[in-house]
Amino acid sequence: MPDIRWDWISRNREDIVQLAIEHLVLVGISMAIAIAVSLPIAIMVRNRPFWGGVATYTSGVLYTIPSLALFAFLVPIVGIGQEPVIIGLVAYALLILISNAAVGLQSVPGPVRESARGMGLTGRQLLFKVELPLALPAIMAGIRLATVSTVGIATIGAFVDGGGLGELIWQRGIQRGLFLTPIAVGALVATLIAIVLDALLVGAEWLMKPWERRPLPLSVGRRLAWARPSEWKRAATG
Amino acid sequence: MTGAQTIDGSAAGILEFDGVTKRFSGMSRPAVDDFTLTVPAGKVVVLIGPSGCGKTTAMKMVNRLVEPSAGEIRIDGAGVRSRRPAELRREIGYVIQQVGLMPHLTVAGNVATVPRLLKWDSEKIRARVDELLDLIGLAPAEYRDRYPAQLSGGQQQRVGLARALAGDPPVMLMDEPFSAVDPITRERLQNDFLRLHRVVPKTVVFVSHDIDEAVKMADLIAVMREGRLVQYAPAAELLASPVDDFVADFVGADRALKALGISHVEAIGLRPAPMVTAGERGAAALARLVEGDLQPIDDEVLVVDSGRRPLDWLPIDRIRGDEPLPAAPLGRADPVVDQVTTLRDALSALLGASASHAVVVDGSGAVLGVLALEDIVTQAASSVRAETAGADA
Repeated sequence: MPDIRWDWISRNREDIVQLAIEHLVLVGISMAIAIAVSLPIAIMVRNRPFWGGVATYTSGVLYTIPSLALFAFLVPIVGIGQEPVIIGLVAYALLILISNAAVGLQSVPGPVRESARGMGLTGRQLLFKVELPLALPAIMAGIRLATVSTVGIATIGAFVDGGGLGELIWQRGIQRGLFLTPIAVGALVATLIAIVLDALLVGAEWLMKPWERRPLPLSVGRRLAWARPSEWKRAATG
Repeated sequence: MTGAQTIDGSAAGILEFDGVTKRFSGMSRPAVDDFTLTVPAGKVVVLIGPSGCGKTTAMKMVNRLVEPSAGEIRIDGAGVRSRRPAELRREIGYVIQQVGLMPHLTVAGNVATVPRLLKWDSEKIRARVDELLDLIGLAPAEYRDRYPAQLSGGQQQRVGLARALAGDPPVMLMDEPFSAVDPITRERLQNDFLRLHRVVPKTVVFVSHDIDEAVKMADLIAVMREGRLVQYAPAAELLASPVDDFVADFVGADRALKALGISHVEAIGLRPAPMVTAGERGAAALARLVEGDLQPIDDEVLVVDSGRRPLDWLPIDRIRGDEPLPAAPLGRADPVVDQVTTLRDALSALLGASASHAVVVDGSGAVLGVLALEDIVTQAASSVRAETAGADA
């Protein structure tokens, strides 16, 4: 690849690492807020079809706003920098998170719900001991999807000075006459971050639902199994 | 862990329905209409009737999954509506057709559900789980840590049963618990439940739509129609004298045969067995024949051993006065039936052996008497007559 300036990469290594960390922080903060907002909403609307519809519709509308436009709208209100980016990223993550969590909570089989009630679980016990554990796979799938797309969308935050890997692509690449090297590095690192985060979340999901273990791709699963003490015993007893 | 230390005398309660009515909004007639019935402690009552007759609704009012519109349900005299639903339900076992095991918990975790809600200490819970798994025939060491998805349908229902028994509830509610499994598994589950119920005699309300199952499982059968109790009687009485055409139709045209399925051999008069003892002198046997002391059946006498156990039938013309009576190996006197065999099974044994008489023995294998094919037929015919007379009255 003749167009890649390897010397630029080695000269700017520290900056690249710094921006990657900034990117991770942006994604992390946004996802934390989005999860904290969407889970209670999903729990509240799970037995209320009307409000469930309102929640998914509202977050669906948010999702359709082009990200560049959304960031731009937010600048007059909260100024430039990380704030508009985080608000925008949270808004985008909400649709995926709410709808996945709501579907997961609703998918608890009727007989399981009925027998749990019949055995004397209170509403709260039903939620924490039955509904949430069983909805976990769906919730985790939502978190994975939202995380991966947030890593991508966050690069657009550079237009409003949000920092992160978008800065390599926009300020240091496109704005300097389409200097390709930083653009390629930004895109590549963002992709790598997305892939690694997704793999970590797959592993986390796998650890959280021992009742339907399937082998993970790339045999990550067998190695992850050693993270659980109960698996040591199982392995020891054959 | 097979000790019975945590089954503490197995509490069983008296369950009373007192004028219970349930109206659902938008329905013209009540789902359950002035339903009054008492289930004696430790008995199995089967609620049966066509779909929509209110049997499941009646059952669900016991643990307040459905609230009655009027009337009262009491367990050991205490009204269920004076209790908080969640607490009440922990004292009432609940088994449903689709089992509803929690897929994210192991077998042990599922069985431990109610003990955990009751905040037993973990040592007691572990012992209780193993004890119950033993009781339902799943080896604890092998099954404790499995997940429900790793069990067959029959095994899942067994775990469901163990889970319902875990808190040692005085009352159990079972909603068509065995109807989602194949016929062979169902039969085995029914037998295991009956065996279990003898060990742990809970008061059981069992909803079923299958009259054969009801006849087999029930101490008392409650037939329901359009929310009302039509007849409440032991199975034999229900089969012999249905209260009206509806019940007669419901129990089926073959109720005479069904009745044979619940009467035991010991219940009908046995004929005395013409017994001679192996090794006895032939002359002595011939003397008893002449005196009329020994009444041969089809010109044969039954040779028994010194423990009165049946050996073989011997034609009287083969008795030689100067020889001892021949011994034969055990098992030649086919068919031999135990006194607790049902008449239906005895009939089937007779037909299978192409015999007209069966030797009836007690638990130790000693001869009690002889059951004749014609006696079974007479018994079946008399139950039909009784029922016809009942319908005419």
